[in-house]
Amino acid sequence: MSILTYNGSAMVAMKGDECVSIATDKRFGIQAHTVSMDFPKVFEMGPHLYLGLPGLATDIATVYEKLRFRKNLFELRENRQMSPQIFGAMVSNMLYEKRFGPFFVEPMIAGLHPQTFKPYICNMDLIGCRNEPVDFVTGGSASAQLFGMCESLWEPNMGPDDLFETTSQALVNAFDRDAISGWGATVYIIEKDKVTTRELKTRMD
Amino acid sequence: MASVVPRPHYPDYSTAAPVNHHFSPYADNGGSIVAIAGDDYVVIGGDTRLSTGFQIYTRQQSKLFSLSKTTVLGCAGCWCDTLTLTRLLSARMQMYEQEHNKVMSTPAAAQMLSTVLYYKRFFPYYISNMLVGLDNDGKGCVYSYDPIGHCERSNYRAGGSAGALLQPLLDNQVGMKNMQNIKDESIPLERALAIIKDVFVSAAERDIYTGDGIHINIITKDGIKSDSFPLRKD
Repeated sequence: MSILTYNGSAMVAMKGDECVSIATDKRFGIQAHTVSMDFPKVFEMGPHLYLGLPGLATDIATVYEKLRFRKNLFELRENRQMSPQIFGAMVSNMLYEKRFGPFFVEPMIAGLHPQTFKPYICNMDLIGCRNEPVDFVTGGSASAQLFGMCESLWEPNMGPDDLFETTSQALVNAFDRDAISGWGATVYIIEKDKVTTRELKTRMD
Repeated sequence: MASVVPRPHYPDYSTAAPVNHHFSPYADNGGSIVAIAGDDYVVIGGDTRLSTGFQIYTRQQSKLFSLSKTTVLGCAGCWCDTLTLTRLLSARMQMYEQEHNKVMSTPAAAQMLSTVLYYKRFFPYYISNMLVGLDNDGKGCVYSYDPIGHCERSNYRAGGSAGALLQPLLDNQVGMKNMQNIKDESIPLERALAIIKDVFVSAAERDIYTGDGIHINIITKDGIKSDSFPLRKD
């Protein structure tokens, strides 16, 4: 079993019309043994910027703290907000610094540009190879299931309500077929003037 | 017996140590199968790509085998094992017919497949099997197997290389999982056919072992009808 699926996770981000979503499961386990059901894997990095870190739990904590430090330092030095594009480049660079001894996380970023509010999503592998698709990104141990769900549920130009329903259905049905992710879910819908966070009740087995 | 292939002799690089030869009896030829059963029908679809790694052997190989007028078997995985297994099964179907003077029912064929697979418990047929047909009451049924004969009856199933991508979608669209305020009734044939086409289009998008086209068998009391549908070929 890969170290990337040691703790188990399911995560997805989608683009909509002037909005983006990012959703995650809440399980933290050690292989088949569930330890906790409220483990955060998606982090608010700015008013319109969210970072998801599926992968090894210990590296989730480390990478999050390192990225928070680097982003704060950037914003103090430059006196401007970091756009999701720049943040993605920074994450990618930081992961590639550890090319031969990587952090076992496959980050995804969802956000709106601070000035233009243009939707942006991306994900990358554990050494920072970036992918910026027009539709959706998936990650974690349930990524195959998520690909199948997203590929048929996603459609262009969804409003925030449609985007929430599509993201939630994709995530919940995907992790119901994965033994090591699930146990509750959180969905973030990021819009120009508000971010809606919803906790989903899911089957707990 | 395998013939001895002459190897070039490089004295500087050879040692007296014995040379290790290796043979792998299995191949993964990919492919996906999806089946949906209703009250009086069952549909099964399989993609038509036969591949090995990044190579495609053919774009038009059906993975569906009709065992009788009401029973169809779908196979994905090791193609040579599929050929062996399906030949063995059709022989067993014929023997049963001649011994008992009747055609084997779908539940009986399902049990036989389980036994045939478990007979090779320690050198299994490396196949994802899906047996569909009408049961003794004329209801549609889907039996799915692991390579060593564990069998489960259900109303819908996805298997093969894109099984993990498609199964949650069937849970949602056919099994109505995680939906509220819906009636618990089986879906009509037209909807089942539309879902099968849709899920294969999605699978072909992300799974390199699935594509080119699909063959569909629709089994009703009137017999087996065939249908086909093109998929992306890259």
